[in-house]
Amino acid sequence: MQTALRTSLPETELASRANFAPATRVSRPLHVSGLPLSIRGLRKSFGDNEVLRGIDLHIPAGQFVAIVGKSGCGKSTLLRLIAGLEKIDAGSISFGDAAVQPEDIRVMFQEPRLLPWARVLSNVEVGLGRDRSSSDAHARAEKALTEVGLTDKRDQWPSVLSGGQKQRVALARALVSRPRVLAFDEPLGALDALTRISMQRLLERVWRDQGFTAILVTHDVAEAVALADRVLVIDEGRIAHDVMVNTARPRERGSVELAGLEGSILSHLLSADDRT
Amino acid sequence: MSLIDSVSLPRNFRLPRVDGLVQWIVPLAIIAIWQVASVTGFVPVRVLPAPSDVALAGWKLLLSGELIRNIWVSFWRASIGFLIGGSIGFAFGLANGLSQLSAKLTDTTLQMVRNVPHLALIPLVILWFGIDESAKLFLVALGVFFPIYLNTLHGIRTVDPHLIEMGRIYGMSDGELFRRVIFPGALPSIFVGIRFALGIMWLTLIVAETIAASSGLGYMAMQAREFMLIDVVVLSILIYALLGKLADSASRVLERLTLSWHPAFQKR
Repeated sequence: MQTALRTSLPETELASRANFAPATRVSRPLHVSGLPLSIRGLRKSFGDNEVLRGIDLHIPAGQFVAIVGKSGCGKSTLLRLIAGLEKIDAGSISFGDAAVQPEDIRVMFQEPRLLPWARVLSNVEVGLGRDRSSSDAHARAEKALTEVGLTDKRDQWPSVLSGGQKQRVALARALVSRPRVLAFDEPLGALDALTRISMQRLLERVWRDQGFTAILVTHDVAEAVALADRVLVIDEGRIAHDVMVNTARPRERGSVELAGLEGSILSHLLSADDRT
Repeated sequence: MSLIDSVSLPRNFRLPRVDGLVQWIVPLAIIAIWQVASVTGFVPVRVLPAPSDVALAGWKLLLSGELIRNIWVSFWRASIGFLIGGSIGFAFGLANGLSQLSAKLTDTTLQMVRNVPHLALIPLVILWFGIDESAKLFLVALGVFFPIYLNTLHGIRTVDPHLIEMGRIYGMSDGELFRRVIFPGALPSIFVGIRFALGIMWLTLIVAETIAASSGLGYMAMQAREFMLIDVVVLSILIYALLGKLADSASRVLERLTLSWHPAFQKR
């Protein structure tokens, strides 16, 4: 009787039931390969402009964290510091006890940043870092292309791809070295609504398959609550709110639960706006 | 269905086959009109000989070996001068594009030299080198230097900084970054420089050969003027046109081969 009832329920209802019993959730990463991340007293200024004013944050290995905030709040700077693209003024960022290789941390940007003069496959091979010239480079790049569903484009020039396809190649390039932390700087910001949704599904899928620690900077709160385990609201260089999203995966876009969460995060953002 | 067929028919029929010939229609038409005008006496032969006379003069010079020898001498001067000036310009372009120090050190000087018309140096060059080969090579090299320098510099400075940052993130060494990101990114601009330089190369060489030389196409034309051989003068001018076109086509082929990734060079 119980099983019959379960199978007849729509998936989403099952999912929201599962939410009440977190131990039974099945949509967590299958295995966690990610690194934990500890940030202490992080500060960063550009000239006289203090962008980050003391960030303290711990991200457990394999968590999917979204960072939202108004433009200029420092969210992209935080991501660039985590990725090692800017120098830290004060404080520290550490990735657990493991020795971190450059290949362990990868970034994906709003622009795909593909080399226009290299075919799709060689663009993916760029992501191998020091292993670029190893004998299995081709095979690894092809595997990464398969993961993003673009095997048939391997010999194309980037200029013939659509915006979404370019971003998928950029994702394959970021994934090919099996990173343990993947930072996304508004990776879907330039895509149309439908492509965004399918890219969000793709991001969630590869995160579940590979279990890296994901840090997503976005201005789209709906995207943040749809994808992340945890949403951080940054305001004036500090973490203003830290919200857990316990909804089970796969999540239904536009469900009441997510919409409620989205509304409350938006009101945080807007109240910050009213103050200024 | 019939509508679609009738629309798609001219598409299949379209240019590719004719494409190579279309560009020659206008030059050929001009020659035809010219021939008719000469034969009918509309243009006096002493002003402009008929194309057939020019061809005949060319044939005679070809048989005597004089034509080939002069073309070869000019071609050799052009290529060597181009190689010397081009490599120096390219080297300075690279250095000043990649290093702030180098740019600060040399760019101002180079810009000042650039503003002197290089042909104005002919009297000085004759005093320095006389009328031997080095005078011509010097002038061609100087003329070719600037377009290649400027466009290489511009190409390197305008490589997308996002791509350079990407290369660094993915652990490219300086050499790799240059080979995989900076150089390919600057290449379209470098080709613009090469095509400008080819034009300047011919111009400089012809002026130099007309004024101070004892062989070459420019010399052949000046020599013919002495003997009132107007057909040979016209012949030389036509050969310049052909050689210029040849050099331009060669650089286009090179462009097509190396820039096949560029949307502008892909088949539509």
